[in-house]
Amino acid sequence: MTSPYPILAILGILVVVMTLAAGLIWLERRLLALWQDRYGPNRVGPFGLLQVLADMIKIFFKEDWIPPFADKVVFVIAPAIIVGTVLMSFAVLPIAPGIIVSDLNIGLLFILGMSSIGVYSVVLAGWASDNKYSLLGGLRAAAQMLSYEVFMGLALMGVVLLAGSFQLSEIVSAQRRVWFVVPQFAGFILFLIAGVAETRRLPFDLPEAESELIAGFHSEYSGMKFGLFFVGEYLGVILISSLITILFFGGWMGPVLPPIIWFVLKMMFFICFFILLRAALPRPRFDQLMSWGWKVMLPLALANLLITGAVALAWG
Amino acid sequence: MLSTIRTLWYVFLHMFHKRVTIQYPDEKAYLAPRYRGRIILSRDPDGGERCVACHLCAEACPVDCIALQATEDENGRRYPEFFRINFSRCIFCGFCEEACPTYAIQLTPDTEMGEYKRPNLVYEKDDLLINGEGKYPGYNFWRVSGVKIGGKDKGEAENEGPPVDVHRLLP
Amino acid sequence: MATVHVDNQRYEMDDKQNLLQACLQLKMDLPYFCWHPAMGSVGACRQCAVKQFKDESDQHGKIVMACMTPVTEGARISIQDAEAVEFRAAVIEGLMINHPHDCPVCDEGGECHLQDMTVMTGHNYRRYAFEKRTFRNQNLGPFLNHEMNRCIQCYRCVRFYREYAGGNDLNAFALRNIVFFGRDKDGVLENEFAGNLVEVCPTGVFTDKTLKQHYTRKWDLQMAPSVCVHCAVGCNITAAERYGMLRRLVNRYNGEVNGYFLCDRGRFGYEFVNSQRRIRKPLRHGQPVGLEDARAGLRKLAAGGAIGIGSPRASLESNFALRSLVGADYFFAGIPGREAALLKLMLEILGNGPAPAASLREIEHSDAVLVLGEDVTNVAPRMALSLRQAVRQQPMEIAERLRIPLWMDHAVREAVQDEKGPLFIAAASATRLDDVAAATFRGAPDDIARLGFAVAQALDPAAPGPEDLPGQTRELAARIAAALKGAKRPLIVSGPSLGSAAIIQAAANVAWALAGAHLAFTAAEANSMGLAMMEAPALDAAQAATAETAIIVENDLYRRLPAAEVDQLLARFGHVVVLDHLENATTAKAELLIPAATFAEGEGTLMSSEGRLQRFFAALSPTEPVEPSWRLLGGWNTLDEIIRALAEAMPQLAAVREAAPAASFRMEAAKIPRQPHRYSGRTSMLANISVHEPKPPQDADSPLSFSMEGNPKQPPGALQPFFWTPGWNSYQAVNKFQEEIAGRLEAGDPGVPMFASGGGGHAFFNAIPAAFEARAGEWLLAPLFHIYGSEELSREAPAVAELGPQPYVALNPEDAAQFGDEVELMGQRFRVSRIAELPRGVAGIPAGVPPFAGLELPAWSKIQPIQ
Repeated sequence: MTSPYPILAILGILVVVMTLAAGLIWLERRLLALWQDRYGPNRVGPFGLLQVLADMIKIFFKEDWIPPFADKVVFVIAPAIIVGTVLMSFAVLPIAPGIIVSDLNIGLLFILGMSSIGVYSVVLAGWASDNKYSLLGGLRAAAQMLSYEVFMGLALMGVVLLAGSFQLSEIVSAQRRVWFVVPQFAGFILFLIAGVAETRRLPFDLPEAESELIAGFHSEYSGMKFGLFFVGEYLGVILISSLITILFFGGWMGPVLPPIIWFVLKMMFFICFFILLRAALPRPRFDQLMSWGWKVMLPLALANLLITGAVALAWG
Repeated sequence: MLSTIRTLWYVFLHMFHKRVTIQYPDEKAYLAPRYRGRIILSRDPDGGERCVACHLCAEACPVDCIALQATEDENGRRYPEFFRINFSRCIFCGFCEEACPTYAIQLTPDTEMGEYKRPNLVYEKDDLLINGEGKYPGYNFWRVSGVKIGGKDKGEAENEGPPVDVHRLLP
Repeated sequence: MATVHVDNQRYEMDDKQNLLQACLQLKMDLPYFCWHPAMGSVGACRQCAVKQFKDESDQHGKIVMACMTPVTEGARISIQDAEAVEFRAAVIEGLMINHPHDCPVCDEGGECHLQDMTVMTGHNYRRYAFEKRTFRNQNLGPFLNHEMNRCIQCYRCVRFYREYAGGNDLNAFALRNIVFFGRDKDGVLENEFAGNLVEVCPTGVFTDKTLKQHYTRKWDLQMAPSVCVHCAVGCNITAAERYGMLRRLVNRYNGEVNGYFLCDRGRFGYEFVNSQRRIRKPLRHGQPVGLEDARAGLRKLAAGGAIGIGSPRASLESNFALRSLVGADYFFAGIPGREAALLKLMLEILGNGPAPAASLREIEHSDAVLVLGEDVTNVAPRMALSLRQAVRQQPMEIAERLRIPLWMDHAVREAVQDEKGPLFIAAASATRLDDVAAATFRGAPDDIARLGFAVAQALDPAAPGPEDLPGQTRELAARIAAALKGAKRPLIVSGPSLGSAAIIQAAANVAWALAGAHLAFTAAEANSMGLAMMEAPALDAAQAATAETAIIVENDLYRRLPAAEVDQLLARFGHVVVLDHLENATTAKAELLIPAATFAEGEGTLMSSEGRLQRFFAALSPTEPVEPSWRLLGGWNTLDEIIRALAEAMPQLAAVREAAPAASFRMEAAKIPRQPHRYSGRTSMLANISVHEPKPPQDADSPLSFSMEGNPKQPPGALQPFFWTPGWNSYQAVNKFQEEIAGRLEAGDPGVPMFASGGGGHAFFNAIPAAFEARAGEWLLAPLFHIYGSEELSREAPAVAELGPQPYVALNPEDAAQFGDEVELMGQRFRVSRIAELPRGVAGIPAGVPPFAGLELPAWSKIQPIQ
């Protein structure tokens, strides 16, 4: 089901995703303001939409400074890794029938793999900055990602079991009768939580934690390199939202409207949910985060897998 | 877990609340008369400079942004030869006003003093001195102080007896 | 020592002290007004009340004045006792009833003892609703401002002025609550130490009038430890700067030298630094050039062969830099031969003779004094104040016999009455110390020397004496000898003022004939002794030197030699380079003129007449292109480098290294701040020029910093920029820095005395001059010194200049009978001043006052009536 015009698909997805990521900056600020009884950016252009443009111009023209004490090569590579890996993940996402770069038969595994590589970005950034706050941020990121990746993978195994495939388009097709959110509700919740942790968004932004680590792993970053981390985070949000849509909410499937609209609507809903999380929830302590992950989430994920497996066996 | 969901819901409901933001340049916020904004030097009821160049404001200033030099007119009235506030350093804490023994230096509810060039934020006495008494009408330091100045001799201040004749030995 | 309990804490106190002094010495806070560490207690202000308990079981106790209560073994007192606290607050409240509402415009504000004490007692609200009494102020001359309304009647001013400094034109007038301190009518305060009232007065009645012209609060001053340059005594001062201008000088306590007081020339002479006549730019042929250009020119001329003429008012470093630049053989001392010989003689006497040099503290504690040929008040003013205290030493024994503790000032004075210790003054004319002298002798220099030799012979028959002394003089010599012999700590004061070697030799003979006598010499200028230590040939020798260029450092040769001789001397050189602070006759002759830093702008070391090496530090941040001469002359970048080289090249001055710690010295890794921690205006004072605050100037020459950052703890005495402790903003804070009240500084008194212990053997001098004989038609011109006017630099301070004399010729009235009101001398007309004390045949002329400045005195000269 791979797209007949892969180059076109690549360009299309790239442009749309990047624009979306930039637009999310505006969306997030407006939504946060809305939930905090403020206006948010409303001065530049209609509804403050050109704020995005202004911010981009600003970030492009900011001094791109590499601290003299930093490990320069690693320092430069780190932000590229995160954007690279997330964008790679988009390659296997079936957005609508025919709109996909490469419909890998191990699509889901590929995405999990890419997100694991993405962790390097944060860890290396923290390390290369040669700054104690950054290093602490990097350390936290490594521990957090490692822990949450484990049950993120496990939580998805239920879906894979039900669909019988790692291929994402297959998984979407398998939801023709019922969205997997129904049989796999526990899996959905687990994946949602793990997804937030994966993107290091509030309430799981411990690697940045402005109030404790003064922006953690990217303390020393400025200009476009900081911009890459920034965009990487929003790309991550889009990716996780898309995945939730594909894995649990039937992807592009829906009545009346064209498939792509359905996909975008579902995805936007989860993006807004991510922002609501940020608006509402405080950040836990790091030890709470870790024990929550290992002592609650992991057993739950295992139990979910066991039950799903048993049910699948029993029903044939 | 439940409380988390309840929190999410309450925050979500804020979508339908009224916004508290004042759209600043279009709408102006009310600033109380005692608001701590732009600093001015006032005059006493007789129109003279209130500042007596005692240096207490400069001393109280935590960012050291006030500099002045005292001088005296031919009649012994002290005033600042120059009085400079570097508003690019000022933090509008109001300590200078609190320290001022003559109500000369006062903070006003004017905050609109943005500039594109920092040197424009350095205010000299001409920029600071206003033609009025500001927030504290009626006070004139020289009427209370025991120092002789032009137009007020020894013993003519409030609550002062006439100068004594020291060569008189009567009890 | 005695054990005393203060607020149930055990302390060891000195039982020769009163409780106030003992408590302050233990660094306790106890308010006081009338007590002064140098003047003792009178118990007038009732401020230092404490509660004294009979014994441990006594719960009530009684209120006593700490300053009037001796320390006794086992005494129990309480400072914190509620009743005592209330009593002290009530006293302040009473004192403040008439205090005007004018702290904001009072010059004392911020360093006011009354403010400090009011805060310390907690009084803060005026309840008295009736009228305040007011006074009219007086104009007290160019030094002091008078604001009588502020007075709290502590009597310190009259006690200092009349009893300590010997003045009589300041007094207390009227009675009850209208007691007034001032003069009978407006006029200049006559006493030479009146300026100390600024610090003696606990509030703002007497304030510094020169400071008022460019007033700055104490907390805003950038201060540096410095040494007075207006005479050779070497009083320690604190120089204070603001906005690039020297604002004032205050006393800097040095237990061995000036203690708490300065003379007015030292205190108010500083304004020459701000003079309009300062040289601010290098000039070549009168045209401004860049500093680098000027220095290159200097180097080039020096390389082409040059002689250097040093100066007794330049620091050791500057003189040494010049000596190094031109070579030792081409370096000349910059003083005339006669003065150089006298200084050399003094150094030999102090260095090799058995009598040690007396510090001012030792002078103060001498109990018999012979002054030979000096008008101390006008030559070394601060020394005269010490001599005035020395006169009290012997009569104090009366008080001791009556078991009156010596700190109980008025009781002691009542016991002593007008009793004076032996002070004998032999001088060319009347002196300002005559009022306390046991006997005076007036004569020509040779006669003074003969009296000295006679005293020496009377003390030790081995010493040579004059044969044909008049009976009266012989009797006086015997009387002096007897007084000196009976004294425990005799002192001989002499100096080069009358230009007579015989007088100095006679003084040495007297000191050597006595066991345990100290010698105190005066000298003309701040570094006269230091220059003499460098053993350079005198100016006369320069007249024979051949070189292309003459480099003159901080020296107006027209004040050294007659104008014609200087013209002749300078004409010998193709190029004349002058480094100096102020325009003068010599700088006018300079081809290349380079501005040199004054004491306030640079560092250097001076040697006082006592032989004390003392360092002064810059108070003004360095300003292009004014630099210290030693740096301009090249070769050294920092003070420490040149001091090291100086100590190596001249072993006799090796001690210069110990005058103050080197620039690398740190207090717990931090420099010592020149600015108080409350220094204001840092981000605004230069904002009119640029809003980017410059980095504070770095000081490579000293451990002091030009900022408020640094270690505020107590630095070594020589580096103490100002005295301040929490709650003590006035100069009285010095109590907290002393080992013992009015004693040594805890961190060490500044300076290295070179002649503090006497040398070995001696042989009496025996060149006794013949008796003076008046000549017909000719008079011996002798210098009469003036505290204001005789010294070169202070003459440029407007306030000092105002009090300086106009040129005159002083004659004995009998000699003057043949003249009218004016006479002709050296082809010029001068006013005649009739002075009865002047010996016949001697004419006095004001020393250092143009046109007499360059004359070598004494000298015979014709005086003619006006044609």
